[in-house]
Amino acid sequence: MFKKYRVGEIKIKELGIWTVFWLAAGIVVAIPNSTTVVAKIVGIGRGADLVVYSSLAIIFYILFRVFNRLENIEKNITKITRELALKEEKKN
Amino acid sequence: MELIVVPAYNEAERIGRVVRDLFEHGWNNVLVVNDGSSDTTVAVAEQAGARVVSHLVNRGQGAVLETGNEYARRNGFDVVVHFDGDGQFCAADIKGAVDKISSGYDVVVGSRFLDERSVLPWTKRHIVLPLARLVNRFLTGVKLTDAHNGFRVLNRRALEQIQINQSGMAHNSEIVAKIKKMDLRYTEHPVEVRYLEYGQSAAGGFKIIFDWIFKK
Repeated sequence: MFKKYRVGEIKIKELGIWTVFWLAAGIVVAIPNSTTVVAKIVGIGRGADLVVYSSLAIIFYILFRVFNRLENIEKNITKITRELALKEEKKN
Repeated sequence: MELIVVPAYNEAERIGRVVRDLFEHGWNNVLVVNDGSSDTTVAVAEQAGARVVSHLVNRGQGAVLETGNEYARRNGFDVVVHFDGDGQFCAADIKGAVDKISSGYDVVVGSRFLDERSVLPWTKRHIVLPLARLVNRFLTGVKLTDAHNGFRVLNRRALEQIQINQSGMAHNSEIVAKIKKMDLRYTEHPVEVRYLEYGQSAAGGFKIIFDWIFKK
């Protein structure tokens, strides 16, 4: 991850998000009961449930983002294809 | 000047006859938009005398029609006819539809139900299309007897107001919705549709509804 940042594949913001994510994952693995503390705060009984719920929410969010991204890519491909088709005809 | 836009995807066997038929009926500006066919569609269409533009990769019927529309906009055509390349339509039906444009309509949509010429598979006539009509009316608010017909004529005004963003088959409903939104004057014209194959499957129909709702 840090290597990716150094070679410029990911930006500082992404580095931050991923660092926090993996740190959190590490803490949860090392001290499983730690999630219970957070769960209690938001009103969910067990820590494990909190992990499942939040994972689901995150996955759906990502799915939504991917769906939108894909849609944009499709539209752009269509635009490029159209432009190419019309340019090509001009030459003939 | 009228431009007949003929979308074609792997129609080598039929496109030649369709193009020649159009010429015989006096339509001299025929544009075949090839949607990335892997067969000899382009060669056959050119040989028959049509202008041809080609999508490098397959992008769907909506995308092809929009390419045809864009061609018309850039080359100064004032009437565009969408006419399927698989030979289902009758070139003789175009004249009457174009005349309706001259009498003041912006859009003329073909309908299989205004006369008795079209012989539809029973399931299509009594189940699939009435259902599609209901969904369409519900989603777009436009009353048409045959909302899912690939035959349509657009004048310059409609051409400038309607941009097809649905690259798949949902473009049909999209066009109907835009007619309503842009407040275009529209009417229907009886056309004959000869069924060679069934066309859309039921699953295809649901995909259209899905596309239409989620891919604006």
